[in-house]
Amino acid sequence: MVEEMAHPLSKFLREAMMPHIWCSGCGNGIILNCFVQAIDDLQMNLDKLVVVSGIGCIGRAAGYTNVNSFHTTHGRPIAFATGVKLANPELDVVIVSGDGDLFAIGGNHFIHAARRNIGVKVICANNFNYGMTGGQQGPTTPLEALTTTTPYGNIEHPFNLVHLAAASGATFVARWTTLHARRLTQSIVKLLQKEGFCFIEVVTPCPEIFGRHNKMRTGLEMMEWFKKASVVEHFSDPAKAEITSEKIVVGEFVDIEKPSYERLLHEKIAQINKKAGELVREYAS
Amino acid sequence: MAKKETLLTGAHFMNGDVACAEGAIAAGCRFFAGYPITPATEIAEHLSQRMPEIGGIYIQMEDEIGSIAAVIGASYTGLKAMTATSGPGFSLMQENIGLAVMTEAPCVIVDVMRGGPSTGQPTLPGQQDVMQAKWGSHGDYEIIALAPSSVQEMFDLTVEAFNLSETYRVPTILLVDEIVAHMWEKVVILSSEKIKIANRKKPNVPTEKYMPFMPDDNLVPPMACFGEGFSFHATGLTHDEHGYPQTQSSEVQQRLVNRLCDKIRKNADKIIRVEEVMLDDADMVVVAYGIVARAALSAVRKARAEGIKAGLLRLITLWPFPEKHVGKIAKQAKAIVVAEMNCGQLVREVERSAKETPVVFLSKLGEDPHTPIEILDAIRRNS
Amino acid sequence: MPVRLWRTPLDTEKVKFPKAEIHIIKDQCKGCGFCIQFCPKKVLEESEEINARGVHPPKIVDEDKCIICSFCTAVCPDFAIFVLEKPCKEGC
Repeated sequence: MVEEMAHPLSKFLREAMMPHIWCSGCGNGIILNCFVQAIDDLQMNLDKLVVVSGIGCIGRAAGYTNVNSFHTTHGRPIAFATGVKLANPELDVVIVSGDGDLFAIGGNHFIHAARRNIGVKVICANNFNYGMTGGQQGPTTPLEALTTTTPYGNIEHPFNLVHLAAASGATFVARWTTLHARRLTQSIVKLLQKEGFCFIEVVTPCPEIFGRHNKMRTGLEMMEWFKKASVVEHFSDPAKAEITSEKIVVGEFVDIEKPSYERLLHEKIAQINKKAGELVREYAS
Repeated sequence: MAKKETLLTGAHFMNGDVACAEGAIAAGCRFFAGYPITPATEIAEHLSQRMPEIGGIYIQMEDEIGSIAAVIGASYTGLKAMTATSGPGFSLMQENIGLAVMTEAPCVIVDVMRGGPSTGQPTLPGQQDVMQAKWGSHGDYEIIALAPSSVQEMFDLTVEAFNLSETYRVPTILLVDEIVAHMWEKVVILSSEKIKIANRKKPNVPTEKYMPFMPDDNLVPPMACFGEGFSFHATGLTHDEHGYPQTQSSEVQQRLVNRLCDKIRKNADKIIRVEEVMLDDADMVVVAYGIVARAALSAVRKARAEGIKAGLLRLITLWPFPEKHVGKIAKQAKAIVVAEMNCGQLVREVERSAKETPVVFLSKLGEDPHTPIEILDAIRRNS
Repeated sequence: MPVRLWRTPLDTEKVKFPKAEIHIIKDQCKGCGFCIQFCPKKVLEESEEINARGVHPPKIVDEDKCIICSFCTAVCPDFAIFVLEKPCKEGC
């Protein structure tokens, strides 16, 4: 056993900002791990990769990835990323953000970017609460769950994120838990190569806060929940893909072909202006 | 589809919004994200037609918050980007204007001011967003704001707004009142070699040595963009010169926020523009901007005809506020008349800069700006 | 050999099973226990020592049992463990 070697994925991480701020047992580190593993598997051109994140624990992921990165205001990474992708369609734009950032304050931007099929990729860390601010209820908090703002039990129904993404028009929709590390990496590889708006929900443990309030005090207990309850149902109806204490439906639900917004935009520009102006970047078809 | 040329050199009869859009194109703007709102909608509609013709990007976003976020994103890829809105949309944009300030993203925001507050009077003018342009977002910061008074200035000042935002890496706001936006006047568009364009300074260090927020001598950091090989991080959190968050350091907060303010304050003399009319021997000075300045000019001329030594200080740059110019005329003037279409906004800055000199404020709300006679009466009463 | 086969393959003398080289970056570990819990061969267990973070990093029980599935590498949130194949010389 040798101790001096650097981790093989460390070249994808900003060493100056390591170690990351995430708690022991938090799944965000696994999401980062799977993401950089996927980038490594694809041998992606890092100069063309832009990681955009919102506010939240997972939002720090942009700072940790050693590529062009931007950390926006709360709820706005998708709108920011829309500007980036349209202005330079050659860039691979990946949004890594949380359930509250993307679906509460950012919900409007999510559904419209999906509807337009803007070619940005969204990886959502769903930990069922607002972790960074101390564990308040969020749009995916399960019914009756305890959080710091639902001390008597949550009376709101949570979103079914894969159903929302599919209904809004995403071309690729998947859900995995952080226990499904390999399958998550494979789905991220698919997501990075696909045209259009792609979405992966990653069910992730938040043991220090959500878990602690809801009788799962350690990351291991939460991961055991994932292990016990997960059921892979590829291409099943996302509307029925529930998350309960007994069942977490995971898999790839949607994988369709649909021309992206930027493809349609550049085709339209080419039509209007047969000789494309110097700023129309040739859209590789 | 007659117009496919990028720069429409020549003389035109245009409305203010269209002149602003053409000014953006002339300045090199190739990204527009907006949301329809009276009275700025024509800017979006015109650009929705022109952008594809010239190979630019136009997108109507789902709201104003998305619009300004997309503009900042496009700016970070190297494109000159703009959005246009009015009071209610401008209010929505404030948080992300703060993000543009903090990440030093060059961008132009056109605010065609209408009667407020709230939904107010969408089709009638106002100058009620002046203070909001400076103080609207939270935190300490400085922005640049320009106020055109004519349709020609709608074109020229839009070009200047882009130049300033690129030079100082700061969101630049064009504060237009609805009248100037909707009136039709002659606009002369010069040929491209006669239009001065400024672009953001690019880094000249190797990629691994680049620090995205290390300022140059003028306090502005050279800007790399996504895709150029500089893998930098930018965040709205307080950050050091590498761009990495430093949320626990008082020293970094002081250094960063002071620099963001000083970047504009210390360069104010290079930024500020005013128009001085008959001020050399004036002892009654009118300070005005936007459409009101047109009436004020007429009033000042009438006053001179009556023997009153009146002069006009027309503010072109509203922020940073031309305090030195106001301070100078205050020394020679008996009184300063400030006419604004609001309940008293820029007049406070005039009072602050004029110190002991009496300042008379003329407020007007609603459909019409001040008439020249109203301003003339104020001049007469106080001379 | 580290795997059990229901019959002996005919080329069993020629095929060498790769040997694992498990790297644990002790001070980067936050003690979540995922690698220990989810290793299919139970190669790791919690050590007695305390690292710079104040937790017990994993220690290797029997490196020979490792089948280099690298699940520990994939599921570690802190980039604190990775498995490589030991470069194989004759007789490994």
